[in-house]
Amino acid sequence: MTVRDVKDTLKARILTGEGLLDQEVRSACGSDMMSDVLAFSKDHSVLLTGLCNPQVIRTAEMLDIVCLIFVRGKKPDPSIIEMAAERGLVVLATGHRMFSACGMLYEAGLRGGAI
Amino acid sequence: MEDAIRLTYQISPDDFTRAGEASSDVKKKLKQMGVSPEAVRKVSIAMYEGEINMVIHAKGGEIRVEITPKRILMVLDDVGPGIPDVELAMKDGYSTAPDEVRSLGFGAGMGLPNMKKYTDRMEIETKLGVGTKITMVVDI
Repeated sequence: MTVRDVKDTLKARILTGEGLLDQEVRSACGSDMMSDVLAFSKDHSVLLTGLCNPQVIRTAEMLDIVCLIFVRGKKPDPSIIEMAAERGLVVLATGHRMFSACGMLYEAGLRGGAI
Repeated sequence: MEDAIRLTYQISPDDFTRAGEASSDVKKKLKQMGVSPEAVRKVSIAMYEGEINMVIHAKGGEIRVEITPKRILMVLDDVGPGIPDVELAMKDGYSTAPDEVRSLGFGAGMGLPNMKKYTDRMEIETKLGVGTKITMVVDI
C-alpha cells in the first residue's frame, strides 16, 4: 500500500510531506518507546507513536522510516514538524488510539514485518 | 591510515533535544559517500544509541568517527560515572535510566545490547568516576 492509503485508512491529517504520499510502505511498528523501536524494528516503513519529542524524528531518520503517525490526537510542536520536513518524512496525525490505529492498518493489509 | 576520513563531534550533556545530531550528520555523510545502505543503517543505529547514552548517563563527551574503504570505526568517549558492572549492563532490559528518561521514550535497557548487535566489533573500557570509552567497528 502507499502512504496515501495509510492516510485514507486512518482519515489522518497531513502535518508535512504532502508531496510524498505515493511512496510504497510494507510494514509498520507501533510504540511509545523509541528504545524498543530501535531494538526491534528491522525494515519498517511506518511508525505509529504517541510520543511527541524530537527524538521520535531522529529515531525515524536512523531507521529510514518513511511515514510517522502521531496517534491519540497528539499535536507535535512546530519545531518537530519542521525537523521532519527537513528530512523528507511524511508526518500524519490521527485521533485514533494506538490499538485502533494499528488494527485499522493491519486490516487494510499492512503487516508487522519480520521478527 | 591513508584514505581515512576523520570526524569529531562534541556531545553536550543534558541537551536531550540535540542528542542525535552527530549520528544524523554521520549518516548523511556516509550516504553521500555511497556506503552500502546496510552499513549506513548499522552505523546510524549503533551510534545514535551511544549518543543518547552519553546524554542520559554521562556528562557528554566526544565521538570520533574514522571512515576507510573497509570499515567505519566509532569511538565514544565520555566523562561520566562509568559502568559498575558491564556484564549486567549488556543484558537485554537492564536499565539504570531514571523515570524521566523513560517518559522521553528511552531507557528500556536495550541500548548497549543493540549497539553490540548492530556492529561487527565492540569494546567497552570503563572506569568508575572517570568515564567510559566504547569502540565500535562496522565492516563495509
